[in-house]
Amino acid sequence: MSIVYFIFQQTLLFTIPLMIVALGGMFSERSGVVNLALEGIMIFGAFAGIFYMNFMQTNDIMHGFPLLITGLLISGVVGILFSMLHAFAAINLRADQTISGTALNMLAPALGIFIAKTLQDGMQSITFSNEFRIARIPVLTDIPFVGQLLFKNCYFTTFLGIAILFISYYFLMKTKTGLRIRSCGENPQAADSAGISVARIRYLGVALSGLLAGMGGLIYILPISTEYNCTVAGYGFLALAVLIFGNWNPFRIGLAALFFGVTKTLAYTYNSIPFLAAMNLPDTGYKMIPYIATLILLAFTSKNSAGPKASGIPYDKSRR
Amino acid sequence: MEKKKGFFDKDSTKSVLSSLVAILFGLLFGLIIMFIASPTQALTGFGIMLTGGFQKGTTSIGQVLYQAIPIMMTGLSIAFAYKCGEFNIGVPGQYLVGSFTAVFIALKATFIPNSLLWIVCILGAGLAGAIWALIPGILKAYRNVNVVISGIMCNYIGMLLVIQGVKASIYNPSSAQSYPVSATKAIPSFGLDKIFPKSNINFGIVVAVGLCIIAWVIMNKTTFGYELKACGFNKEAARYAGMNEKKCIIAAVAIAGFFAGVGGAIAYLSGTGKTIPITEALPDEGFNGIPIALLGFSNPIGCIFAALFIAYIKVGGNYMQSLDIAIEVIDIIVASIIYFSSFSLFVKLMINNWRAKKKKGGNTA
Repeated sequence: MSIVYFIFQQTLLFTIPLMIVALGGMFSERSGVVNLALEGIMIFGAFAGIFYMNFMQTNDIMHGFPLLITGLLISGVVGILFSMLHAFAAINLRADQTISGTALNMLAPALGIFIAKTLQDGMQSITFSNEFRIARIPVLTDIPFVGQLLFKNCYFTTFLGIAILFISYYFLMKTKTGLRIRSCGENPQAADSAGISVARIRYLGVALSGLLAGMGGLIYILPISTEYNCTVAGYGFLALAVLIFGNWNPFRIGLAALFFGVTKTLAYTYNSIPFLAAMNLPDTGYKMIPYIATLILLAFTSKNSAGPKASGIPYDKSRR
Repeated sequence: MEKKKGFFDKDSTKSVLSSLVAILFGLLFGLIIMFIASPTQALTGFGIMLTGGFQKGTTSIGQVLYQAIPIMMTGLSIAFAYKCGEFNIGVPGQYLVGSFTAVFIALKATFIPNSLLWIVCILGAGLAGAIWALIPGILKAYRNVNVVISGIMCNYIGMLLVIQGVKASIYNPSSAQSYPVSATKAIPSFGLDKIFPKSNINFGIVVAVGLCIIAWVIMNKTTFGYELKACGFNKEAARYAGMNEKKCIIAAVAIAGFFAGVGGAIAYLSGTGKTIPITEALPDEGFNGIPIALLGFSNPIGCIFAALFIAYIKVGGNYMQSLDIAIEVIDIIVASIIYFSSFSLFVKLMINNWRAKKKKGGNTA
């Protein structure tokens, strides 16, 4: 039974950050701005958060839960600031969004390592200690099965991620601002003629993607390492894939991230799962499973897939 | 009354001008960053970086050419697919598959004489890259799978396949990497090493530039290239005009994959002892192709100059290492150049306004 718990918890560690970042990308793309910079925003957001944690921990100022919350906030805010570079280029200067997104992806690790090296006497990696795992929660952990599954050795960020999913759905699908975001991604001219400021809504979309991607970067790094080298191992690009896989829709993004998390966990824990171990593939063979499975699934589900219509096209008032 | 277009009214002039503006701003931003980090050494470092490609005379120029080769090819790959409306983000995978194929042939096909071996290796690598690119191409054409996502998936699958392939066939257990391709089997330099002594230059640069020119000819002087561009511009209109848009997508992506594979081959056939690692990381040269393509306005000839420029700055950055400034400043500069180059539309608009004002002024005078 303990193996089930273990696999479930591993799955969450993969799924939650992927989902949060993909949801961020969703807000940006639904408002009409393609955000290729998710990877860069993750890297820089995580950099800021971890740098802050390193400072607080080494100087013994703050620890545990308050540190986690403030760290997440800092990652999110820095993520927003960083994403504003993309927003400014894409919205005000009508830049090619692929170009400015790529630029941010290059800038983030370079700037992060540069700052780290300059402030730490040439040391590139930033260390921190993981003091954020919650061993048990009174009452909740004692619930049979579910308690063991969800509330033992868990992370606060897991619940935060699930909350973000529901809030994102409600915000995008049920509120006035959500409707405005969607309309700017589908038909900005119509939105404009209805009195909506396309530029302002798109800024909001990109800012939300910056917030979520910045936090997602920190959430991804915290459980898996104790030092940070300004890389998130291509997770931002995977989140982009999850976003497309999830057809730009909140709950389908959640499912897509879960699918990816499950297959990825299976690929890393195959030894303890009898039928997978029996296949006797080489190590790399198992690791390919998530990617091949995604390709096959996409081949059968993409026939009618289409992104927001105006996504990636700079808004031009004079066009019809 | 049709007047002859002035120098500044040409679209190509405006493109080049906007790129130059981007480079200027990027360098300026880099200088500011260097000043913040180390006020005393900033100017020295900046000078070293700017003169980098000429620092040690012809040796440095040779190094610039050598470093430009792989990114020129990956840049060309992205540019070619981009003209057909597809963003070939699968370049790292195609590059990696190509380099494995090249190293594998070089090490295993001992029956081929050394004088021919490098040609076989390059062709094999190109073919491997093209086949690897066919997967996203076919999935897009027949199943409407987004090329960005299938490209990302193929990157990881290709990376894992190459790791497995290296482990199974050309693995050197003492260094935990693949065996290198020895200098005798490498691409010959045909006298280039005499012009650029002590550099790693080889004939690969001629191959790379040649492929860029061929790509330009295909793109601009053939019916096939016209169809590719038409599909990229408007798929429905292209189909209405009787073009086979499925064939266009597959062909464009496969040719792009060929270029990426060749890039991977040349990088490992230079006789410098470069080996394929078995770590799970995608090669930098792959993603670095994106800025090359963008700086070169997705034009094959533009890719040549963009790659040379980036290589020039990077070589300069290497000479800067003796100073107290972290070498990442080079990447910061390159990234900000790319960022500013995305403003090209804005810069062109400014040029237009300036021209309009000038013409008005001329009339009243």
